[in-house]
Amino acid sequence: MTVYLIRRLMQSVLVVWVMSLIVFLGVFAIGDPVEILIAPDADQIERERAIIALGLDKPLWEQYFIFVQNALRGDLGRSFVFNEPALRLILQRMPATLELAITATLFAVVIGIPLGLLAGLKPNAWYSRTIMAGSILGFSLPSFWVGLMLIMVFAVQLGWLPSTGRGETAMLGGIQWSFLTVNGLRHLVMPALNLSFFKVSLAIRLTRSGVRETILQDYVKFARAKGLSPTRVIGVHVLKNIMIPVVTVMGLELGSTIAFAVVTESVFAWPGMGKLIIDSIYVLDRPVIVAYLMIIVFMFIIINLVVDLTYSFLDPRVRLGESKA
Amino acid sequence: MARSLRLRDFTGASALALGAALGASLGALMPAAPAMAQTLNFAVGAPVTSIDPHYHNLSPNNALAGHIFESLADFDPRHRLGPGLAESWRVVDENTWEFKLRRGVKFHNGQDFTAEDVAFTIARVPTVPNSPSSFAIYTRAAREVQVVDPYTVRIRTNGPYPLMPVDIASIYMLDSQTHRDPKTEDFNSGRLAVGTGPYRFVSYRPGDRVELARNDAHWGERQPWERVNYRMITNDSARTAALLAGDVDVIDQVPTSDIARLRSDQRTALAEITSLRIIYLHLDRSRPAGQPTPMITDNNGQPIPNPLHDGRVRRALSMAIDRKAIVERVMEGAAIPSGQFLPPGTYSYAPGLQPPAYDPDGAKRLLAEAGLPNGFRISLHGPNDRYMNDARIIQAIGQMWTRIGVRTEVQPLPWTTFTARAGRQEFAAFLVGWGSGTGEASSPLRSLVATFDRNTGFGAANRGRFSNPEMDGLLRQALGTVDDERREQILIRATEVAMRDVGIIPIHNQINYWAHRRAVQVTARADELSQAMSVRPAR
Repeated sequence: MTVYLIRRLMQSVLVVWVMSLIVFLGVFAIGDPVEILIAPDADQIERERAIIALGLDKPLWEQYFIFVQNALRGDLGRSFVFNEPALRLILQRMPATLELAITATLFAVVIGIPLGLLAGLKPNAWYSRTIMAGSILGFSLPSFWVGLMLIMVFAVQLGWLPSTGRGETAMLGGIQWSFLTVNGLRHLVMPALNLSFFKVSLAIRLTRSGVRETILQDYVKFARAKGLSPTRVIGVHVLKNIMIPVVTVMGLELGSTIAFAVVTESVFAWPGMGKLIIDSIYVLDRPVIVAYLMIIVFMFIIINLVVDLTYSFLDPRVRLGESKA
Repeated sequence: MARSLRLRDFTGASALALGAALGASLGALMPAAPAMAQTLNFAVGAPVTSIDPHYHNLSPNNALAGHIFESLADFDPRHRLGPGLAESWRVVDENTWEFKLRRGVKFHNGQDFTAEDVAFTIARVPTVPNSPSSFAIYTRAAREVQVVDPYTVRIRTNGPYPLMPVDIASIYMLDSQTHRDPKTEDFNSGRLAVGTGPYRFVSYRPGDRVELARNDAHWGERQPWERVNYRMITNDSARTAALLAGDVDVIDQVPTSDIARLRSDQRTALAEITSLRIIYLHLDRSRPAGQPTPMITDNNGQPIPNPLHDGRVRRALSMAIDRKAIVERVMEGAAIPSGQFLPPGTYSYAPGLQPPAYDPDGAKRLLAEAGLPNGFRISLHGPNDRYMNDARIIQAIGQMWTRIGVRTEVQPLPWTTFTARAGRQEFAAFLVGWGSGTGEASSPLRSLVATFDRNTGFGAANRGRFSNPEMDGLLRQALGTVDDERREQILIRATEVAMRDVGIIPIHNQINYWAHRRAVQVTARADELSQAMSVRPAR
């Protein structure tokens, strides 16, 4: 186990380094930040000054070298636009995105898995067909459109929920969270729901196909023959065995939701990281783009590790120490 | 990154059109929500990125800073200069301006505003670290700031400088005591967000909102709002929805596709004014005459000497554009056709320059005279995410040009890549916009059509590298003329020379819209600034 962890960590360092190179070169290739950021009426003298102030007069390799040097000290650069450390900006926005992504994943688990189980156990019932048809909609409707429809119906027409923005926050563990206040929850419901539609559908489909496959296995038949109660057969023998793909996919989905909740955050004006990255891309705020992608790489490495560890917990046959990398 | 690209799709009109249809059918059933008294919720489309008034010269930041801070002179909604923290100013001699300060003005923390603060602020502006676009362009002309007495400041310049009051109007005043060692972070946290303005800073949540409270000790007219929530909702459809839901009282940057609906809705109304922003085309003349230019070929795809050096070809391209059709169809009425830099009614507007009439036959004749009876091929570039309906405007122009035999390939690009390539002279013809910050023609003349010169700062945004020595001479003369009436006449002549020589092809002036709940009324601003000071409760 320890050997395994060490090897994984060394691989991760390599991945982070290669990513930093790709991201830096990629970001460098698009546009010219000074052209975007400078006031239109600035003259050539002011342009020269801005290029030097932002460190863009230096050659690419030197800029990269400075970046790596600072990154090793935990400094991922300073935003051109906000004039604050990029890392701090991203971390400031993280709680908003985290609570959104986690709520959405929670919806997926709480709604998706039971419905998928139902659809898998009684595949021909009318309600199972309805669930499956619904899951197709959840996959195929574009989330910006669904988001706008939610706003139109629940905020504009019915007036039940606030249309956009993050509500009041309360402090927990030194961080401002909005799910701790009623007003915050009211603001959270619609964007989380919107973000969860795709995940709910995914959970339904994964659970259903898992159940359909497992239910025919010999050990399930045997368990039934042994006279175990249906609750125990389904709850323990079936559910535990179908959880591996569900956990993998949901884990990775959580990652991509945190990283790319861009669409939902934009439609609902949710001040999270996704909104920060899209705004930064529009104005070519290079330090923020680079820092953001580095953090995301780091996050995916962690999530993958956690998913792998969860496997071994769910399925003792998976032995981490022996896997050959 | 791949997912972020999807964003572009949903800013399209189709989603909202569907939503709007649903909304319109159900909308009639809903009673109007009562507006929250005393609190104003203002939603803006562009994010405020810093509270430091001297860090980034960016319109959304400047609009917000204007609540908390003030400058010596103030622009009214029609962008005419009036008194601000200075009650009056005058020219003492050719090289000296004198500003008489308002007495009894206090900062939010109780400090007095005096002449020392003016000198301090002008000294601070060029020293802000890391600034991506500094306000130093407005203080550069000030060679020396002299404090005569606590309420009199004299600013000396190198040579006559008529634009000093206009330039100084862009500089928000700080306090020499409070802001001794100002860091941008300290403004964002609120510690140094201390000005003389009509609103006090309460909190700033980046990407979400800025909260303000009324400054009851303000010297000016009392503001009607006790608190202001200045919210950033960058998605167009979401902003409109927030207004319809009654979550906000006012929105800016109203998409043209929503204008008709918001005007007819019982709960909402629009405030509008012709903008100082002009949408126009640059034509490339950066390479010497007789040489080919990228993006232009003959009808067989072979390079030809750049035809845009010929004034007749430039005029033909301008005449071939049906500006009225663009305004009516593409802009849905949210613009007025234009034949110069500024809209009617502004200082230095040239009354003799009407929008060029649509005349395809005349354009063809001009092309034939220029030795191009069969036209040529050209690529027309423009941004697709920057100005109102930008990509659709160049599509329309492409069709109009093709009609006179100039076969046009239209290429809209994202602003981030477009602007870098335009700055490197990679395009032959391209669409851009320009908002005249000074409110007079000297700003566009100096930046857009004056001969490019690194040393004088002329032609900084002249990406087509147009050059006309007569115009340059007139402009230099105007910039050395302090007398407003004489300067206006010279600027009008300079504008006429630039336009007759087709230095740019003006298309239209945009109209600025603010949509609001009927419980409030809004005074529209020509300079596009969204400010709580423009909003009052409806009577």
